[in-house]
Amino acid sequence: MATKKYKCKVCGYVHEGANPPEKCPVCGVPASEFELISEEKPAKKGFDKNGNAYIMIYTTIIVVIVALLLSITSGALKERQAANIELDKKKQILSSLPAIDVANVNAEECFSATISSIIVLNNAGEVTKELNPVKDFNYIAQDGEVLIYKAEVDGATKWIIPLDGKGLWGAIWGYIALNDDKNTVYGVFFNHAGETPGLGANITTEAFCSQFEGKHIMNEGEFVSIAVMKVGQNAVGQEQVDAISGGTITSKGVEDMLKESISKYTQFLKAIDCQESAEEAISETNDVEEE
Amino acid sequence: MNAKLKDIFLGPLNSNNPVVVQVLGICSALAVTVELKPALVMGLSVTIIVALANVIISLIRNTIPNSVRIIVQLVVVAAVVTVVSEVLKAFAYDVSVQLSVYIGLIITNCILMGRLEAFAMSNKPWDSFLDGLGNGFGYAWILIVVAFFRELLGSGKLLGFQVIPESFYQAGYINNGLMMMPSMALILVACIIWVHRSIKKDLQDK
Repeated sequence: MATKKYKCKVCGYVHEGANPPEKCPVCGVPASEFELISEEKPAKKGFDKNGNAYIMIYTTIIVVIVALLLSITSGALKERQAANIELDKKKQILSSLPAIDVANVNAEECFSATISSIIVLNNAGEVTKELNPVKDFNYIAQDGEVLIYKAEVDGATKWIIPLDGKGLWGAIWGYIALNDDKNTVYGVFFNHAGETPGLGANITTEAFCSQFEGKHIMNEGEFVSIAVMKVGQNAVGQEQVDAISGGTITSKGVEDMLKESISKYTQFLKAIDCQESAEEAISETNDVEEE
Repeated sequence: MNAKLKDIFLGPLNSNNPVVVQVLGICSALAVTVELKPALVMGLSVTIIVALANVIISLIRNTIPNSVRIIVQLVVVAAVVTVVSEVLKAFAYDVSVQLSVYIGLIITNCILMGRLEAFAMSNKPWDSFLDGLGNGFGYAWILIVVAFFRELLGSGKLLGFQVIPESFYQAGYINNGLMMMPSMALILVACIIWVHRSIKKDLQDK
């Protein structure tokens, strides 16, 4: 009796014999998982399917087809994707303003109505350019330049600073909106690439973000940022919010991100303070003179 | 639908389940089951991708050289996953943002490779399609059961909505932090296997 070949459906082990084995010696599944495989038919005339030449040509063709397919898809969809990404960025910027319910408004219209300009700052915190938020939305900051978004909400000016940092598994980013005094936090928005769901990913929740509202990033005229602390611990010399339990490294990442990203704007944030105090000083001297 | 096709489709949901019987795809079962929502999304995506990839491999199965078949399968899976994610990015941006983490997990999910190698390489496209759907759903329902218990007991919520009332917490009830840990997913999968095997006695080892 000719031996038959049985192939394990789970691991691919091939058994030779009259009957399938009771148990697969490789993965241990019962005989019912084996199937009879018919003897291989002789290769078709003209080519050998297991020859090197066939394999080389076959893999080349497969790779070329896949590469073509991918580049066509990517090329055809690029414009739509870019538009989506731009819209998403606008939504994220608007999300830092608690007064706006991003889910229920037309983000495109709301953005052009709310954001009055994109301001380019140089190293010394001086305004070098004022860009149109719709037309120049994709302006790329040159070396030493930083961007700040100026928004008008209910008649008050808000300053939106983009944030960039790293969490436990990957990038985290966000936007922080400051009141006109460039000190009090109006609202924040955080997002992440892949923090742990239910733990670090909770930095996006309303419960975490709303803690920041009304906090101050300056202390006695110096930039000190906001600390993200475990419940029960107290930060020295700066205001703090509660960290996320179980998301310590992500919380730490948020703290570092706030500190590093906003510190680039220190000159700008302080400059206005000085200007205002200078104005106050002038008006005081005027008062004196009048007297 | 004849008996054989029915068996191909329904088998993976129960007696030949990819997770509790074949024990495939365990790593992703740990990663996405902390909450119900990612488990649903992951289950659905795997179902679609495994069905598509199964059909493609089944169509070209007679041309694939034996010695490079795994690589060919991998290329097909990666291409399908990438195309699907690009299309989503263009037409359903919100979904693609949610899926971003899982795309990589789908490519490396052993259920895909397991089904391609074990089924699609030796069966017709339509059978393979049903097999893909069956295995995808078989995988999805296990994920959903695990995620249901982890989210309910771990954070007192379901699909992000609070279901355990505030009065319970005031009476001293606390969420089980262990449920949030990956190891708990393994223990829950083991519990499902336990229940499943005590119902289906023919699966028990002698």
